[in-house]
Amino acid sequence: MCQVDEDFQGQLEHTEVPSISKKCVKCKEKTAVVVIRAGDTYCRDCFREYFIHKFRAMLGKNRIIFPGEKVLLAVSGGPSSCSMLSQVQEGLSQNAHKKLRFIPGIVYIDEGAAAGRSVDDRKTAMAQMQTLFEATGFPFHLVPLEQVLDLSPSVLVMAPSPSEQPGSAYKAAVDQFIQSKGHWPPRPQDQDQDQDLDQASLPDIQESHTQLLQQLMSSTKTQTAREELLSMLRQHLLVHTARTKGYSKLMLGDCCSRLAVKLLSSIALGRGAQLAQDTGFSDSRYGDIITVRPMRDYSSKEIVFYNHMFKVPSIFIPGLDTMTADKSSIQRLTESFVTKLQADFPSTVSTIYRTSEKLQTAWKGSCAADVCDTCLLCLCALDTTVENASAFQATLISEQLSQTKPPETSSAINPNLNPVQSNPGSALATTTGQCCSGEGECGKKGGGCCSSPRVPETTDMRSLLCYSCRQTVKDMSSVDHLPAYILLEAQRRNRRSQMREQISEFILDEGV
Amino acid sequence: MPVLCSSCADKRAVLKRPKTGHSLCKECFFWAFEEEVHQTIVAAQLFKHGETVGIAASGGKDSTVLAHVMKVLNERYNYGLELMLLSVDEGITGYRDDSLETVKRNQQQYELPLKIVSYEELYGWTMDAIVKQVGLKNNCTFCGVFRRQALDRGAIMLKVDKICTGHNADDVAETVLMNVLRGDIARLRRCTAISTTSEGDGVVPRCKPLKYAYEKEIVLYAYFKKLDYFSTECIYSPNAYRGHARTFLKDLESVRPSSIMDVIHSGENLSVREGVKMPVQGTCSRCGYISSQALCKSCVLLEGLNRGLPKLGIGKHHRLHDKILSQQPLTEKEERKLKSVDF
Repeated sequence: MCQVDEDFQGQLEHTEVPSISKKCVKCKEKTAVVVIRAGDTYCRDCFREYFIHKFRAMLGKNRIIFPGEKVLLAVSGGPSSCSMLSQVQEGLSQNAHKKLRFIPGIVYIDEGAAAGRSVDDRKTAMAQMQTLFEATGFPFHLVPLEQVLDLSPSVLVMAPSPSEQPGSAYKAAVDQFIQSKGHWPPRPQDQDQDQDLDQASLPDIQESHTQLLQQLMSSTKTQTAREELLSMLRQHLLVHTARTKGYSKLMLGDCCSRLAVKLLSSIALGRGAQLAQDTGFSDSRYGDIITVRPMRDYSSKEIVFYNHMFKVPSIFIPGLDTMTADKSSIQRLTESFVTKLQADFPSTVSTIYRTSEKLQTAWKGSCAADVCDTCLLCLCALDTTVENASAFQATLISEQLSQTKPPETSSAINPNLNPVQSNPGSALATTTGQCCSGEGECGKKGGGCCSSPRVPETTDMRSLLCYSCRQTVKDMSSVDHLPAYILLEAQRRNRRSQMREQISEFILDEGV
Repeated sequence: MPVLCSSCADKRAVLKRPKTGHSLCKECFFWAFEEEVHQTIVAAQLFKHGETVGIAASGGKDSTVLAHVMKVLNERYNYGLELMLLSVDEGITGYRDDSLETVKRNQQQYELPLKIVSYEELYGWTMDAIVKQVGLKNNCTFCGVFRRQALDRGAIMLKVDKICTGHNADDVAETVLMNVLRGDIARLRRCTAISTTSEGDGVVPRCKPLKYAYEKEIVLYAYFKKLDYFSTECIYSPNAYRGHARTFLKDLESVRPSSIMDVIHSGENLSVREGVKMPVQGTCSRCGYISSQALCKSCVLLEGLNRGLPKLGIGKHHRLHDKILSQQPLTEKEERKLKSVDF
């Protein structure tokens, strides 16, 4: 039920103004130095303990990381991901209570090309990140976004997961994992494998690749679509790096406040069906690489306090959305809305966050890689089945009605059209003279492909995308600027679906 | 160089559709708008031939347009429905009495029977009196809860089979956003449904034929058709929480016009994890209306008003329901908590 009232069960008789001369609420001995929420004052040591404990509890409660597993930490330089890095260091250090037992690696993706930064700025930033990473002693990879243009289409196909791992059989799964691949403690030769070239020197960036990326960004008309596209390319590159360097888990540093904003902006973008994967703790849409968000319980306030008090280094690197106006994109608008609302109603972020915990994805994890019911760009289940009386159907109808001529006189309309009996499907077909897909794009759906393979096909991607990715692509002036791997995969899927159409009456088992 | 209508390519376009961005002439727009409502009704199978349908009319733009479109479609497509107007008088001076005049005008224009039910006769309280007791912060709760019951009672008096309300796409999208902000998972699931599914003796099913019509398009339709309606905001609305969701939605629409439909699409596709506690529908032990608690919300609110404890009903007080039912007096401490009102 409504969460807002739950927080005020026992009414506060009078709110006390939190002051620094109060005692810590945990140990009740030392003076408090930090106020996290109204009424929660902590001393330095208790705060540190609380912070570290939360991280461990998050990992331990969800039991998803096995001992000896290689985990890739995606660090952007911002406070949240640097805090995550320091927590991992803390957890792996010798004197930690109940050490964490996995093998970390770090990756930093340089998005300067998309954000329009100069080459010198990017080189400085990369050098700074390199110094930061070298201090940790973990293997790291500095990857420029341009590498996304060299990816292969297989990154868009869900790889089969190693094995179905039910939660209750955690111990058995861990044993199996250790037998198959992992070793704990890690053997020296396992770790040296990754000391490869891209650590010795900063990766050089090809000028042509940079220009292609910039062209892609400028061909996208709205800032919203640009940010969506950038985050998708970044995800693909992260997954690719994880796969090629042998990591099986990916850790992202999204904090509670960020995730609340992401949840609301996802709803505004039409990603309701994929909310659980976008904002949940673990995301298994790629099959073999599982994305984990261990920082999701921390508010940005806690992270900043911790970083300041315990001198966690972080570097600010301007991105695509730095210094943009409030209304420039949906994501930016949501961020300013949530922050303002939080000032008036302090429980906003935590309420939104708790809503996200109650959601699940409608799609079951196991899906044969061939029957591609997943979106081409975001790899989530497609939510574009046109159900009766759905918002999606209404949008399609509106599109058609705005482009077709109304019947001339009332006699043209069948006076016996009984509302109960008429089939909405046939109504769609009769009101338009267009192709039966009813999507307004005729003739390009590869019909010419089989007969004349030489004709360069304008890749029709709409049927391969989920609702919100369709909106993103709609904002692009032309899909041809997308990286080659996306276009190739789109064409492949189109060809397969044509094949399927031709032989559909002979296929018995739908799941094959 | 005048822009031609994208539909008939014949006449000059006089407006741009907020929903799709196409430029249309008047007739094509009317046709498109009415046809969309018709498709919504048909696809969701909202009505059956021969039913009596009550149109919840407040005199505002949504209900005026709804009454007009329902009448037009009923004749054009031969739905075979018997239409009636149903209006609720909350007792807000300067707002509701003016809009009721509009409803009476509509009744004459469309020649539909009209029934007005008021809070005064149903509950013994007008909204003005309630606000004096409750203050300006939580009064929308009272109004909304009472209105729902009032509509049902009026519908039973009129003997209609269904009620249809003028909720438009903006309203549904705002509700989705508000429920996410409030963390109300149970309502989040139900709020995008186009018609209610609750059963019970005192309950009449209600539906929203204008669910996919943008608010701006409704205004455009009313403007070009020269429909008359009352267009002032409720005087108590500025402090409502919904205002935040509304401003946000308006901003979203200015960034990307399709966001309203996107939000509705998201709301329809949300799925809730198993094991999350959901309320179960039962009946109120005092008045028999549907309720998920022992006492229905309006009984609790009324009790609070009658006893001079305006905060009873705002916030969770399940433990007190039994006390109220058995007529026990509340303790000193409880009374103090419930009385405090800040303006």
